[in-house]
Amino acid sequence: METEITSQSPDQESGEELFELKLYVAGQTPKSRAALENLHKICEEHLRGRYRLEVVDLARNPALARTDRILAIPTLVRSLPTPISRIIGDLSDEDRVLMGLNVRKLR
Amino acid sequence: MRPPEAVLEKVPSGITGLDEITLGGLPRGRPTLVCGSAGCGKTMLAVEFLVRGILEYGEPGVFIAFEERPEDLAKNVASLGFNLRDLEERGLLVVEYIHVDKSDMEVAGNYDLEGLFLTLQACIEAVGAKRIAIDTLETIFGGFDNHALLREELQRLFRWLKDREMTAIITAERGDGTLTRQGMEEYVSDCVLLLDHRIIDQVSTRRLRIVKYRGSTHGTNEYPFLIDEGGLSVLPLSSLSLDHEASRERISSGIPRLDVMLEGKGYYRGSTILVSGTAGSGKTSIVNFFADTTCRRGEKCLYMAFEESPSQIKRNMESLGLDMEKWVREGRLVYHASRPSVYGLEMHLVKIHKLIRELSPDVVILDPVTNLTTMGSTTEVNSMLVRLIDYLKSENITAMFTGLTSGHQTNLEATEVGISSLIDTWLVVRDIEVNGERNRGVYVIKSRGMAHSNQIREFVLTSKGVDLLDVYVGPAGLLTGSARLSMEAREKADALSAEQEIETMQVRLERKRMAMEAQWAAMQADFRAEQEEAARFIEQKRTARDRLRQDRLDMGRKRRSDLFLEAAPEGGKER
Repeated sequence: METEITSQSPDQESGEELFELKLYVAGQTPKSRAALENLHKICEEHLRGRYRLEVVDLARNPALARTDRILAIPTLVRSLPTPISRIIGDLSDEDRVLMGLNVRKLR
Repeated sequence: MRPPEAVLEKVPSGITGLDEITLGGLPRGRPTLVCGSAGCGKTMLAVEFLVRGILEYGEPGVFIAFEERPEDLAKNVASLGFNLRDLEERGLLVVEYIHVDKSDMEVAGNYDLEGLFLTLQACIEAVGAKRIAIDTLETIFGGFDNHALLREELQRLFRWLKDREMTAIITAERGDGTLTRQGMEEYVSDCVLLLDHRIIDQVSTRRLRIVKYRGSTHGTNEYPFLIDEGGLSVLPLSSLSLDHEASRERISSGIPRLDVMLEGKGYYRGSTILVSGTAGSGKTSIVNFFADTTCRRGEKCLYMAFEESPSQIKRNMESLGLDMEKWVREGRLVYHASRPSVYGLEMHLVKIHKLIRELSPDVVILDPVTNLTTMGSTTEVNSMLVRLIDYLKSENITAMFTGLTSGHQTNLEATEVGISSLIDTWLVVRDIEVNGERNRGVYVIKSRGMAHSNQIREFVLTSKGVDLLDVYVGPAGLLTGSARLSMEAREKADALSAEQEIETMQVRLERKRMAMEAQWAAMQADFRAEQEEAARFIEQKRTARDRLRQDRLDMGRKRRSDLFLEAAPEGGKER
C-alpha cells in the first residue's frame, strides 16, 4: 500500500531477464533517501527497461521486517532472477551494488 | 540499609536457586548479560528464564535465536521438560530465528540495524512480551563487517530494551581473558552472570557467578549448578541468612533407650543428626530404626544409600526384626541408591533436592555421607553439606547422616568431613575392644538444646532389635559384652554371699540373745528359790526362837519364877 512502484515496461527484445527488486527503508532518513537515489541511478543506467522496483517503508509497516527477515536498513532484495540476493547499505558503492545484483558493468 | 529512593525492582527468574543468590531475581526492565564458554548452559538458562516467566509469573516472552533453528531449540529443551511449541501455539512465546550470513549479503554503503529493532518490536508486540532472551547476540558480529557500527547499534539496542522495560537476557560467548568476545559487558552494566563448565577428576561441574549486579547485594561466590530433566538448578552455597524456624517438636529415634539418653524425648524435628563410628559399629542399624519409626508414625522417609543396595539393607535389617520392605511398598520409605562416583557432588546434591521436592519427606537419611568424600575435596563436600543442611532445615526436614571414621579410636570425634559444627545431635558408635572381643558402645557427643546423657551405653543388636544397656563401670574400669556379664555375675555372687553372712550373723546373735535370756531366767529362778528358802529359814528360826521364849515363860510361870515378872513386859513388847 505504501510501497512505491517504479516500474519500467520490461524490454524483452534483448532477451535478458527481468529484475525484481525490493528496497526496504525505514522512514525518510538520509540513508533511505540516498539509497533510493543511488538505486534509481544504477537501475536507469544498467537495467533500464528490465527491472521492477518496490520500495517498502518499514516505518509504516514494521511487521514486514520480521516476515521478510530484514535486519539492516536499507536492504535491497533481488528476488528475481533467482537466487535471491541481498545488498545492504545506502547503495553508494556502485560496484558493489552491481556485484550484488550480478549485473555486468557496462563500458 | 536499603537506600530510601529508587530501589531496584527485581523480577524472579523462576530458576531454582538463582533467585536466592540474586536476592530476588534479575533487574526488572533491564538487560542481564549471561556469558560463558560454549556448552556451559547459556541457552538453557535463557530458555528457562522465559518458560518460567510464562508458566509461573504470567509474563510472555520472546526468544531471539541467532544460533539455533527453532526446531533444534525446541528439541534440545524438550529434554528439560519444556514444550516450546505448545507455548507458542498458546500465544505466550515467540521463538524467532534470525539468520545472519555474510555470504549472501553484499554491503554497499552505510546501513544500520533498524530492521533488527523492528523485528524485535514485532515479536514483542505479537505476544505482549515482558521478557526477552537474545541468544547469542554476538553472532551478529559474524554477519556484518562494520564493527564500529555494530557496537553503536548494540548500545542502542540495550537502551531500546530498557526504554521498553523488557527484562532481557543477552547471552555472549566468553572471550580470551575477557568476559565476552566483543566486550558486551561494557554495554550491559546492570547485571552480568558468568557460567563456567569445568572438568575436575573426570567429573564435570557447572558453576555460576554473579560478576556484577548494579544496585543490589548478591552472593559473590561461584555457585554450582546443574541442568537436568527439571531444568537448571543453582545451588546456593549457603542461605544468606540463618533464619529458619526451629521446631520444638521431638521425635523418637526408634530406640527407646536412646530416647532416654536424649532427655527421654528423642531428637528435635528438623535437626541434623550425625551418627559416626568405625566400620561395622552399627550406624546403619541406628539409621534404619529411625527410618522405621518415622514410617511407623505415618511420615515419609527418603534414604540415600551410597554404600549398600536397598535390597541388601532390607535383608540386613530383617535380621534385626525390621520389615523395611513393608514401608517401601506403602510408599513411606524411598531408598535411592547410587554410587558416589556416578555423578559429581553437585549432581548428587541436586538429585537429593529433586527427590525432596518430589517426595516432600519428613526425614532424609544419607548413609554414609563420608563416601561422598571420594568425590571431591573436603571443602567441596563440606560446602555441599552446608547447602544441603541449610535446605533441609529451611524445610523443617530432620536429617540423619552416618559418617565412617577410620580406625583410630583417638580420632573418633573428628569427622573427616568436618561438618560437626553443622550437626545438632551427634551420636558416636564405637567399638570397645576388651578381652579378645569387640563390643559396641554408643554415646552422645552433643545434642543442642537438650540435657542429654553423658553416659556410654552398650549397644546390642539382637534379632528383636537394638537395645542399649548400661555398661559396667566399676573399679575394674569400663566393661562391656561378656566381660560385663561375668563381672555382673561375680558381683551378683559377691552380693549373695554377703547377704548370707549377714543372715548368719543375725541368726547367731539371736541365738546368743536367746541363750542369754535363758540363762538370765535360770538365774532369776535360782534367786527366787534361794530367796524363798531364806525366807522360810528366817521364819523357822523366828518361830523357833519365839517358841523357846514362850516355853521359858510358860516354864517360869509354872515355877512362879521372879524372872517371869521381869521378863514379862519384854516378851509382851516383842510380840
